[in-house]
Amino acid sequence: MTYLQAISDGLRQEMRRDKRVFVIGEDVGVYGGAFKVTLGFQEEFGPWRVIDAPLSETAIVGGCTGAAIMGMRPVAEMQFADFISCAWDHLVTVAAKQRWRAGTPVPITVRLPSGGGFSGGPFHSQNPESSFAHIPGLKVICPATPEDAKGLLATAIQDPNPCLYFEHKHLYRRLKAEVPEERYETPFGKARVHREGEDVSVITWGAMVHTADEAAQQLEGDGISVEIVDLRTLIPWDKQAVLESVSKTSKVVVLHEDTHTGGFGGEIAATIAEEAFEDLDAPLKRIAAPDTPVPFSPVLEKAYIPQVEDVVAGIKEVAEY
Amino acid sequence: MATTSTIDVVMPQMGVSVSEGTITKWLKQEGEPIEADESLLEISTDKVDTEVPSPGSGVVQQILVQEGETVEVGTKLAVIAPVGAEAPAVEEAPPEPAEAPAVEEETPEPEAAPPAPTPPAPSPVAADGNGGGEKTFVSPVVARIASEHGVDVGQVSGTGRGGRVTKKDILAFVESAGAQQPPPQEQAAPAVPEAPPAPVPAQPEPEPEPAPAAPLAPAPAAAAQPEAEPGESYEPMTAMRRGIAEHMRRSLDTSAHVTSAIEVDMSRVVAIRKKLKAEYQKSYGVNPTYLAFVARATVETLRDYPWINGELRGDQIVTRNYVNLGFAVELADGKGLIVPVVRHTEGLNLLGMARSISDIAQRARDKKLLPDDVQGGTFTITNPGGYGTFHGTPVISQPQAAILGTYAVVKRPWVIQDDRGEDVIAIRPIMNLTLTYDHRLVDGALAGRFLRDLREKLESWDEDSY
Repeated sequence: MTYLQAISDGLRQEMRRDKRVFVIGEDVGVYGGAFKVTLGFQEEFGPWRVIDAPLSETAIVGGCTGAAIMGMRPVAEMQFADFISCAWDHLVTVAAKQRWRAGTPVPITVRLPSGGGFSGGPFHSQNPESSFAHIPGLKVICPATPEDAKGLLATAIQDPNPCLYFEHKHLYRRLKAEVPEERYETPFGKARVHREGEDVSVITWGAMVHTADEAAQQLEGDGISVEIVDLRTLIPWDKQAVLESVSKTSKVVVLHEDTHTGGFGGEIAATIAEEAFEDLDAPLKRIAAPDTPVPFSPVLEKAYIPQVEDVVAGIKEVAEY
Repeated sequence: MATTSTIDVVMPQMGVSVSEGTITKWLKQEGEPIEADESLLEISTDKVDTEVPSPGSGVVQQILVQEGETVEVGTKLAVIAPVGAEAPAVEEAPPEPAEAPAVEEETPEPEAAPPAPTPPAPSPVAADGNGGGEKTFVSPVVARIASEHGVDVGQVSGTGRGGRVTKKDILAFVESAGAQQPPPQEQAAPAVPEAPPAPVPAQPEPEPEPAPAAPLAPAPAAAAQPEAEPGESYEPMTAMRRGIAEHMRRSLDTSAHVTSAIEVDMSRVVAIRKKLKAEYQKSYGVNPTYLAFVARATVETLRDYPWINGELRGDQIVTRNYVNLGFAVELADGKGLIVPVVRHTEGLNLLGMARSISDIAQRARDKKLLPDDVQGGTFTITNPGGYGTFHGTPVISQPQAAILGTYAVVKRPWVIQDDRGEDVIAIRPIMNLTLTYDHRLVDGALAGRFLRDLREKLESWDEDSY
């Protein structure tokens, strides 16, 4: 099953078992979604549970927030994660704060096709997870594998808080793996050790897990053993797992596709400095995109998004320290 | 290292919490030649007395701080010049520096900084390796492992960038500790940041002496070969254990230990304690222990015996107008000993003493002592009597002059005089006290008078003067 099929499968199972779950987004109904995640959904669940919305992210998230307050479990799709900025106010000012302000849960899930690697340019390639990780009240989910994609979506839909579910477009059809058929929930805040190693820990999430994995395979030949920790969710994030890995290897690379400054990697780095200072044997290294919009040009985009070679070089630098 | 330019010798940092040291003796005078690592002077700090090796070969060009003076860590003490160099450069400091200018003017080195390399003039404890400056960088994890295992990082050969010692290097070293003896010139190495509770930090390798001083830095695990005999098992020494071992050995090598004992009739103290106990506990939550009474009486008695509260420092006898009282405390796991200090006990009444002892003992067991809590003691009381022992010969906590041992209070048949002046046998609570003193400074008669006066104070405890 592909990463995309896993999302689709998970969403369908939730809709079948919970009548409160409905889908709303641009072209999610008749067309089956820009990436065909909801293909065939309208036929199965009808137009009132698979709603084609006007081109207004504000309306989509605003409507979801209201429906959630009234007891529904809406799943909104942003055609591209980049467009969520239109819905910032509803998401950040209302949905994220409602529970603290009035005590009412807002169980909405916003699906956010994110990430670059296909020359989508500055409006269709971003990874804005760090912006939202900074907003108390929102949960931030970044699955890296088909199995996690399905399990984390189920958890997100059942979670009483607004959940931002970042699904990486680059993984949609390139990633295939066995996924359990039955419904299951993958817990938030529990990292997954994607690969065990001794020399350097790479802390990452989303598509970068696979970039790190390729780098680790290459480095195996050089005798550098790399441990990869896939955070799976940024809010909440599994501090314990990260600190354990740091205590084991004492050398850390934090890797993300989002831009460098203010990226969530900085939070991880700061936490390691605060809580694991005495475990460190080398300066921590961040590998991230430069502080510019995502370029169109395939050559420039490659130079922009961290590539396997970049990660290999970064890990080597830390390992040889 | 044969010097080609002048090298400054600075006051080394003997442990993280030590900020100053006293020059006790210059072993070389101005104009004398000296080899690298040859002892140049003796210093004394709150935590350790040691010799400072020369950072390079040459001639002692200038001595900037005289014997008996106390200066801050990092203060320039002397200048070593290449053989045949010119006379002292005068711009640095006047040849006979008054204390203040010496500290104020000469701060090319950061004040309380660890002995990091200060190019171009390495401090006396900087590594003399071939790895260049970077070798001396010790990463946090390496520093921690070094401190936990009492390893001198300078002895570990580094495979990291620029010869840096990596975590793997030090772990490998710890595992095969002592399997191979490190080359001697690597011995003068950066002092390992010490764990605060350890009585004595790692120090530069002591000069070979006739006395069997146990070298601290190389792990004694050296002797521990991997194979244990049947029925035996190995347990690595903790940094604290190592510190205790070194301090005990050094104390016995330093002081001329003699112990005198006296028996004290504690009847009055028992009676007064009984009376006060409920009140103290109700009003202040403090238990007036026998130890508090003894400590209080000891402080009073020490007032008349300044030498017993004193110290031999070089050729000088140090006395004080205060008593910083150390109490030997067993740690909760039974595997360590620490001597927290209550400062200025001369200003404490019985209640204050009881409260201070209880506070500091608790913090010692909870490992919440601050570095200053274990420094600066002028006299120590140890109380092994809790387990019923009635005599012992404790070891003096250096550089103090004496230690008082208190033992179990036991009911014993005691000959007293009745109202008519006739001898009768009564049952009395008796406590033995021992004073172990450094006979270099304290003679037996003085110790005997001290114990007599202490007994007198306890036996005639005035209910109204707490």
